[in-house]
Amino acid sequence: MLDLQGATVTFDGTPAVDDVRLSVADGDVLAVLGPSGCGKSTLLRAVAGLEPLAAGRIACDGADLAGTPTHRRGFALMFQDGQLFDHLTVARNVGYARRLQGASRADIRTEVAALLDLVGLGGYADRLPRTLSGGERQRVALARSLAARPRLLLLDEPLSALDTGLRGRLAADLRRILVESGTTALLVTHDQEEAFAVADRLAVMRAGRIVQEGPTGDVWAHPADADTALFLGYGRVLDGAAAATLLRRAGLPPAAGAVALRPSAVLAGPGPGSGPGEGTPGDGIPAVVRSFRPAPDAGRLVVSVEGVGDLDAIGAPGWVVEPGRPVVVRVEAHAIAVLPGAATGPAGGAP
Amino acid sequence: MMVRRLGLGLLAAVPVAVVAVFFVLPVGAMLQRGVWPDGAFDPGAVLDVLRRPRTGRVLWFTVWTSTVATAVAVLLGLPAAYVLHRLRFPGRALVRTALLVPFVLPTVVVGLAVRELIADSGPLGALGLDGTPVAILIGLVFFNVAVVIRTVGAAWEGLDRRPGEAAAALGATPAQVFRTVTLPALRPSIVSAASVVFLFCATAFGVVLVLGGVRYSSVETEIYLLTADLLDLPAAAALSLVQMLAVVALLVVVGRLRAVPDPTVRRVVPAPARPRWRDAPALAVTLLTLGLVALPVLALLIGSVRRDGRWTLAHYRALTGSADGLLQVSVTDALTASLRIAVDATWMSLTLGLIVAFVVTRTVRTRAGRRARAVLDGFFMLPLGVSAVTLGFGFLIALDRPPLDLRASPLLVPIAQALVALPLVVRVLVPVLAGIDDRQRQAAASLGAGPVRTLLTVDLAVVWRPLLAAAGFAFAVSLGEFGATSFIVRPAEPTLPVVIYRLLGHPGALNYGTAMAASVVLAAVTAGVILVVERLRVPGVGAW
Repeated sequence: MLDLQGATVTFDGTPAVDDVRLSVADGDVLAVLGPSGCGKSTLLRAVAGLEPLAAGRIACDGADLAGTPTHRRGFALMFQDGQLFDHLTVARNVGYARRLQGASRADIRTEVAALLDLVGLGGYADRLPRTLSGGERQRVALARSLAARPRLLLLDEPLSALDTGLRGRLAADLRRILVESGTTALLVTHDQEEAFAVADRLAVMRAGRIVQEGPTGDVWAHPADADTALFLGYGRVLDGAAAATLLRRAGLPPAAGAVALRPSAVLAGPGPGSGPGEGTPGDGIPAVVRSFRPAPDAGRLVVSVEGVGDLDAIGAPGWVVEPGRPVVVRVEAHAIAVLPGAATGPAGGAP
Repeated sequence: MMVRRLGLGLLAAVPVAVVAVFFVLPVGAMLQRGVWPDGAFDPGAVLDVLRRPRTGRVLWFTVWTSTVATAVAVLLGLPAAYVLHRLRFPGRALVRTALLVPFVLPTVVVGLAVRELIADSGPLGALGLDGTPVAILIGLVFFNVAVVIRTVGAAWEGLDRRPGEAAAALGATPAQVFRTVTLPALRPSIVSAASVVFLFCATAFGVVLVLGGVRYSSVETEIYLLTADLLDLPAAAALSLVQMLAVVALLVVVGRLRAVPDPTVRRVVPAPARPRWRDAPALAVTLLTLGLVALPVLALLIGSVRRDGRWTLAHYRALTGSADGLLQVSVTDALTASLRIAVDATWMSLTLGLIVAFVVTRTVRTRAGRRARAVLDGFFMLPLGVSAVTLGFGFLIALDRPPLDLRASPLLVPIAQALVALPLVVRVLVPVLAGIDDRQRQAAASLGAGPVRTLLTVDLAVVWRPLLAAAGFAFAVSLGEFGATSFIVRPAEPTLPVVIYRLLGHPGALNYGTAMAASVVLAAVTAGVILVVERLRVPGVGAW
């Protein structure tokens, strides 16, 4: 449906979006995930027709969009902060696009009511945007975008301005609404959870380029390189001898590339000699605690494993251990990813 | 807390006292002459004046010329505001400055420049506009288009691009985006600009006096005529009263309309865009406006160096003479006097304005406090709406007895001019001071800074540029002030605008030419001041 072929946007000669090739199939939700400043918002603006392309082509259903101004593209754009029209009521905001299309009053009223119900804001029709909470504003913005019956919905960090709990709930709602209305959507975000919860497919963007693209689960399980892995929420990347040693000692098949570990990939338990009555994890790897920090769900440790180096690990809730004590760790095979080829980025990093 | 409130009250008392003595008292005295003639309350005389057919004509003329001039200024100013504040092109800063200059040009100079432009012998003489109301309209628009550009431009510049983009993505054409998103967002600033322009047009004095001749008279010139020439004080007082009531009503309405915008308006300054083809109409209107502003000035310049069809500097040489004893002083002496007076008026209005701005931007927690602040704010806007002529004449009749016998004081003229400039100074400073987050001061205080130290670190750092800009404006206003000055200036020590008007009142090609040369000098000085102000890059200077 939407096809980007080598799309490039430059600002004063510096490429912000560099040779991007992507396509979105009808009914799909594609998330472009990248750190702030990677050019993903510029990419979205280019698709909306708000930034001119320096090179490449954006096509919709085979037709080049180069000469089509924003308002004729039929791509509704939803901003991070909603950008509701403050001088119009909720109902008039939602009905805005249909009024432009010249729909009858009665039609608009029923459609607006239905859309407000869809986003869970029935009865808010006469409120002014300023009186709404952040989550409500985003719901109105979504309803307003859907009302335009866009060929493609463009979402610019739709949930980032909200607080954590609300973001989780709204992400699930967003996914449900997009699927129910059969909307094709392109979402850009820096939040992996948002992308994971909403999108079918994931494209990871860095420094203006798409570095990996595929079904959300695949990208998640098999990051293309160390930086991608770290950005996707992997806590640490080991390469070379450390990676090989870890795989061997964990009893996993050897691999040539680097190994990325989720924060939950290593489980730590009391080691031998840590006191009577406490069980030892089966065939664990001995390690030494370097630091310990309690958290609500589990203890967070950094442990040192001979031949591997430092690893992040988690311990059972309530278990407290001091630095310097020996422990035993176990590696969860499903929480590590073997990266293709040699790691390019630095080994290790903050989660 | 108590001490602080007391301190604020004392601080506020200074400008209140000054405005009370030098504004309320004279204007009140003037009104008293009209409504209490011979010491008895007699509003009948006022009503009689209002029933005169000539009064009706004057009122109607004032209303319709102001309305038309306001409409034209807004229509010309909107596209120019867009072009100068949203687009990027070489020479933009220059055009911006050029369009700000008319706002501070002395009214007499503007009147003369427009007259030179449309006179039968002038560049547009063929249009036969001389002596028609169109001449006055041109003068009024010339003056006020800058106000529209500045006020609306400042709002437009800070307007978030994204709501418009959201609308476009929802299918709105550029025209629809403008109508449904941009225009509603600009409405407060347009209303604000339009009402101030209307106010300026309705109280315009020098322009109407020079261009209207004896045939066309606005309320303001009529008051002048009635007091200075006909000595019909009840009639003048009646018109002053009507004018004042109308102005206060207008200010209240504007205040209400202006209260619409959200103070937490999202201010982002998006990078100006390169002009595109669809900006062509706006660019064309801007060019037209530029022409409208440049033509009279050019006509004045050329007129000042031509005589009997030849180029000459005779008019400029005559500046050092006294026009055959007509003026008592030479034009150069008058310029010196003007500059000296302007310096005095500037420090006065700056001191008062700074105190006022400081007091009205303090955070007040009580409802009564807020109300007091609003009243105070409005109180200092009063000089904006009251006819300068009324003020000038009021000075003459109220400040002529001990303990306030100031007629001979060299400070009388600066005081009057400082009051005229005060609203402008306050309007430049208030938004800047109000824009300082109070938490900055709290942070400074929490780090051990005393009140004075806090003022120096937080307020002064932000306010010094706007303060200089306000000084420039006050200086320019003082240089050009004519309405009040013409009454109270000492005959032996006239200011430059007064000299120009005197020269115009006497026949003779040399006198007329000398008036033009003097106007060029005066315009050059004020323009120079404004160029400096513009270099300070204070956001929204000249905006209302």
